[in-house]
Amino acid sequence: MPFRLPPLTLRNVVVALVLIALALLPVYSQLAGDRFALTLFTRIVILALSALSLNLILGFGGMMSFGHAVYLGIGGYAVGMLAKEGIYSGFIQWPVAIAASALFALVTGALSLRTRGVYFIMITLAFAQMAYYIVSGIARYGGDDGLTIYKRSEFFDALNLSNKTQFYYVCLVILYLAIYFVYRLVNSRFGMVLQGTRSNDARMRAIGFSTYRYKLTAFVIAGVLCGISGILLANQADFVSPSMMYWTRSGDLIIMVVLGGMGTVAGPVMGAIAFLVLEEILPILIKLGGVPFVGASAAARASEYWMIVMGPLLLLVVLFARGGIDGLLNLIGDKFKQRGRS
Amino acid sequence: MTLFIEQCLNGLQFGLLLFMLAAGLTLVFGIMDLVNLAHGSLYMMGAYFAATFTALTGSFIAGAVLGLAATLVVGMAVEVIAMRRLYGRDHLDHVLGTFGLILFFNELVRIIWGPAGLSLPLPGWLQQPVSILGFQYSAYKFSIIVVSLAVAAGLYLLVMRTRTGMLIRAGASNREMVGALGVNIKLLYTLVFGLGAALAGLAGLMNAPILTVQIGMGENILILAFVITVIGGIGSIRGALVAALFVGFIDTLGRSYFPDILREMLSPTAASTLAPALSSMLIYLLMAIVLIVKPEGLFSAGHR
Repeated sequence: MPFRLPPLTLRNVVVALVLIALALLPVYSQLAGDRFALTLFTRIVILALSALSLNLILGFGGMMSFGHAVYLGIGGYAVGMLAKEGIYSGFIQWPVAIAASALFALVTGALSLRTRGVYFIMITLAFAQMAYYIVSGIARYGGDDGLTIYKRSEFFDALNLSNKTQFYYVCLVILYLAIYFVYRLVNSRFGMVLQGTRSNDARMRAIGFSTYRYKLTAFVIAGVLCGISGILLANQADFVSPSMMYWTRSGDLIIMVVLGGMGTVAGPVMGAIAFLVLEEILPILIKLGGVPFVGASAAARASEYWMIVMGPLLLLVVLFARGGIDGLLNLIGDKFKQRGRS
Repeated sequence: MTLFIEQCLNGLQFGLLLFMLAAGLTLVFGIMDLVNLAHGSLYMMGAYFAATFTALTGSFIAGAVLGLAATLVVGMAVEVIAMRRLYGRDHLDHVLGTFGLILFFNELVRIIWGPAGLSLPLPGWLQQPVSILGFQYSAYKFSIIVVSLAVAAGLYLLVMRTRTGMLIRAGASNREMVGALGVNIKLLYTLVFGLGAALAGLAGLMNAPILTVQIGMGENILILAFVITVIGGIGSIRGALVAALFVGFIDTLGRSYFPDILREMLSPTAASTLAPALSSMLIYLLMAIVLIVKPEGLFSAGHR
């Protein structure tokens, strides 16, 4: 299949602009001296990768996994545990982390996919919590307190992951590759079958597809992609802790996917950006918005409780804006097109 | 031997407590087809209300009754304000919407009660040990067993032997038909949700004197309640009871005896490293086994 440029719709233009802006971010950070932006966006790029991987099974496969953050933990802990044992080479750490994610996804996926619907939600959740409790219980690797990583993964001399800009570009290149990979995957025969099982599993089986195998394969691929973002997250924070895979983190990932637009390739990336930026600016907005009404000190105190706004906000997105950012962009794009025609 | 009996009673107590949480969850799911992650928040609210009212009134019983009533009201309010809009939607919407509610409740508790936890002191008459069949056991844990058994029996009678229970069961199998026959199905749903909330609140306030009352206390135990509903079969109260007892026994006995068993097989250092991790894995292992044998749970309610 030769590579064809996607059609020039408003949505695609915005996505392209966002991807270019991400590539230029370190330049801004350097010029403006804004170190925080680089740190924040490194995190955003990494979590965008996890949201992208979750979307593969949630959005395209219709598998409502509520334990996806477990792969962040597995990828991260593989790096952390090996570093603790004195193995810093990325050529060992990364393949081990990927293999561990794949194995966990294969075993739990094989069991979980025997069920459907709510059972699947709860089982993926329970398996993720199982991993959480196991890691919390291992005293050698920090238990509840987590594990500090003293050295980032080492590859060759030219590539220094401790350099913030270099590390950002490593994350970004991996994200771009993953976006391209997912784009090709969902438009391939495999992707079509996967989307077919989302629409009607029984019918796909009736026309002769072994849907279980397709779904399990997608589950493992998603696990591996998220495991990679776990590797990156551990390297970024120089620290791993069980809270990386706590179930609320899985919930955050689902929110990113839905906020961006389920079942679209670029949606989760935009969802991750929107979610994490909102997390940063919501307290500031509350502070500024509250000043005229309750005074500066009360507004500052209120801004600590930004979650009380975030929760209902989520409920509203779910109730009224199911297409997410992607759906919104398409809607605006269609409006423009109609106006141009008339 | 005494220790073994005591651990069995602990397992029974823990299992029955989990049953109350799981019963509410499975009731709401079976009847409204609603996945309620915020069930753990109601558990937390029950504990906070009970601690507050006990401090205000100075009586544990009055605090518990008032706390229970308050949780019931909060539950019904949540149903009317938020949950009602989620019926008939995708399960993903339920998960996201109720996840938002968890964030909301956690922050609400932080604003009202502050980030530090509360404690719910026991009255003197519940602190003394009681003697059952010639050995001593905590009076409070024993009273939890008694109350839970009474609630389980009451729930059975309510669902299987009363007119309301008949409507609840009818509503579970065909919502439109019950509505067409002139039953106020909205009110019925609000009541069922309130009942589930009250059960969660009761579990929360009964567990409060044993643990501390803190933010996020509902989230850990909610996962166990999920495991129980999955093992028991979603929508089945009988299944929830059996599975809750299984999980209660396995978790309690596993934590106390599994390290010893492991020590017999492995070197002491390896055993002490692995034991805490592996004993917390036992119930998930149980769940995996049940799923391999019966993917729909032990007592599946049928079509789902």
